[in-house]
Amino acid sequence: MAKPKTFDTRRQAGFTAIAAFCFIVLYLPIVLMVIFSFNSGLALTSWEGFSLSWYVTAWHNEVVQAATIRSVIIATVATVVSTLVAVLAALVMGRGKPFRGRSAMFALINQPLMVPEIVTAVSLLVVFAWVKTTTGYSGLGYLILAHSAFCIPFAFMPVRARLQGMDQTLEQAAADLYASSWQTFRRVTFPLLWPGVLAGAMLAFVTSLDDVVITEFVKSAGQDTLPTYMLGQMRRNLTPETNAIATVLLVFSVVLVVAFFFVSRENHAKAQL
Amino acid sequence: MIEVDRIHVRFGEGPGAFIALNDVSVTIGESEFFTLLGPSGCGKTTLLRSIAGFIHPNEGAIRLAGQDILSLPPFKRPVNTVFQNYALFPHMTVAENVGFGLEMLGRPRAEVTRTVEEMLALVKMTAMANRRPSELSGGQQQRVALARALAPKPKVLLLDESLSALDLKLRKEMQIELKRLQSETGITFIFVTHDQEEALTMSDRIAVMSAGKIRQIGTPREIYDHPRERFVADFIGDTNFVQAKLFADGTVELPGGARIRASLPKDAVPANRAVTLVIRPEQTVLEQAPEQAQLSGVLENVVYCGTDTHYHLTLTDGARFVVRRQNNPARPVTFEKGQRLGIGFDPQAAQVLEG
Repeated sequence: MAKPKTFDTRRQAGFTAIAAFCFIVLYLPIVLMVIFSFNSGLALTSWEGFSLSWYVTAWHNEVVQAATIRSVIIATVATVVSTLVAVLAALVMGRGKPFRGRSAMFALINQPLMVPEIVTAVSLLVVFAWVKTTTGYSGLGYLILAHSAFCIPFAFMPVRARLQGMDQTLEQAAADLYASSWQTFRRVTFPLLWPGVLAGAMLAFVTSLDDVVITEFVKSAGQDTLPTYMLGQMRRNLTPETNAIATVLLVFSVVLVVAFFFVSRENHAKAQL
Repeated sequence: MIEVDRIHVRFGEGPGAFIALNDVSVTIGESEFFTLLGPSGCGKTTLLRSIAGFIHPNEGAIRLAGQDILSLPPFKRPVNTVFQNYALFPHMTVAENVGFGLEMLGRPRAEVTRTVEEMLALVKMTAMANRRPSELSGGQQQRVALARALAPKPKVLLLDESLSALDLKLRKEMQIELKRLQSETGITFIFVTHDQEEALTMSDRIAVMSAGKIRQIGTPREIYDHPRERFVADFIGDTNFVQAKLFADGTVELPGGARIRASLPKDAVPANRAVTLVIRPEQTVLEQAPEQAQLSGVLENVVYCGTDTHYHLTLTDGARFVVRRQNNPARPVTFEKGQRLGIGFDPQAAQVLEG
């Protein structure tokens, strides 16, 4: 029997080799990092035996504790603020009356995705430095504000995608069945939008938790977050403690993604859109 | 009951604007099964959506029981819609879907539960109360959509091409079902369709629409037997158009010279002018002797269609004409291709159209 002649990337020469190479480049460093977080010695590259000591060290390190708390506070507030703004923006863009400059607005909302992060960081540094000297305030507010802003597009994208995929006649049906605009939103639009909102919030949270560049520029003395603390460690002496923290962050992200996968699958089964 | 008074709907601005409804007026009575029939783009759905409140006419008024409803948003109009794609809420059960309207109206829980049960029984979906819409077949979703729209006991039920997504057999069933629901509930139904057969079988009255205008309003029989213009005659059923001449005494001269007293339109038509006769294929018979018949033509083609046979002829003036004859194996007939045959019909079955 003749083989079907349709184009199939998998049958191209070298496909397997390239694929394997990509996976190795992507995942081998992560695997190595995780392995060496369990190293009992001080070195990052020579294995001296299995130990959980670096996790214990990190756990008891007061600087790490403070940075973690700071990271979580910033990420939580930034997630709430950016998701709220993103949902409102998506509703205005997707359900409101068309208005002049809507596409310009769309570009502006997504600006943090296009403008190099370092540019945003420098400009924020300049503005915040000026605000700091005039007001004298130097608390976490600047970091929270900055994170809230650059998290918006990450929260916005899934919400907008979900809204665009939603059948608008559902909202018309609700209005036809005597639901006011608010009731329609609460009983129909929002429940159907929820998986998108959740995805947006998770993305925003992870993005905030992970940020280095903007945080490094905006933070005042003694305002290290986990990533900037880890960066700081590099200038002194990098120990497997950094590996341990990174591994914990990795596990946390994986758990978040898996949780989202199950939540959205259940939602999908319940409500086929 | 519901009065649509000279409404105009334009989409877009300026000279490029699309006129969806052009000076449309219609009055629909209490407990009437009223159908808006026309090809796609004729404005029938626009008219329905204007009544529901999703489209705001540029001019005119829509009154329900004497009250102007144009200023009311959709959720304040006592009309409910069965959407073309049903638009069932995917995150609610069948019972929650059906109860939604009553709940929004703030009815007590006990009443909502009782009405939902009644409605599900009415559409024979009681067993499915706790299913989700995605677990239902198309026909079942259709029933739930009906129950949901009927539950708040609207004054008017709007149905937007509601049967077109169903297969033929299910559609026939639902046609009977719809008619039953309408007579049991006594609610005015306004039904939109492009299917002329569906319109003829279900409606009390039909409005035939094209290009944003209502062309004719009447009972199915009036529309079919006495179309007022060529578009209506052509859109509904199969039709023969015959060129003829109308005289002052009300007689009509056919190609070939025969004079008959055909059905004249209600509005007077100027005499001594060319007119068109509408003659339905099933109201004609073939005759062996062409000399004695009102019309005659040469048989070009014979098409067997199971229940009946279509005979395609060419008239003396070159026009095409189709005669439909019900097949009866006990009384077979043989007409030869190329044979000259007479076409007989009751003169009253021929409708005169202007032009």
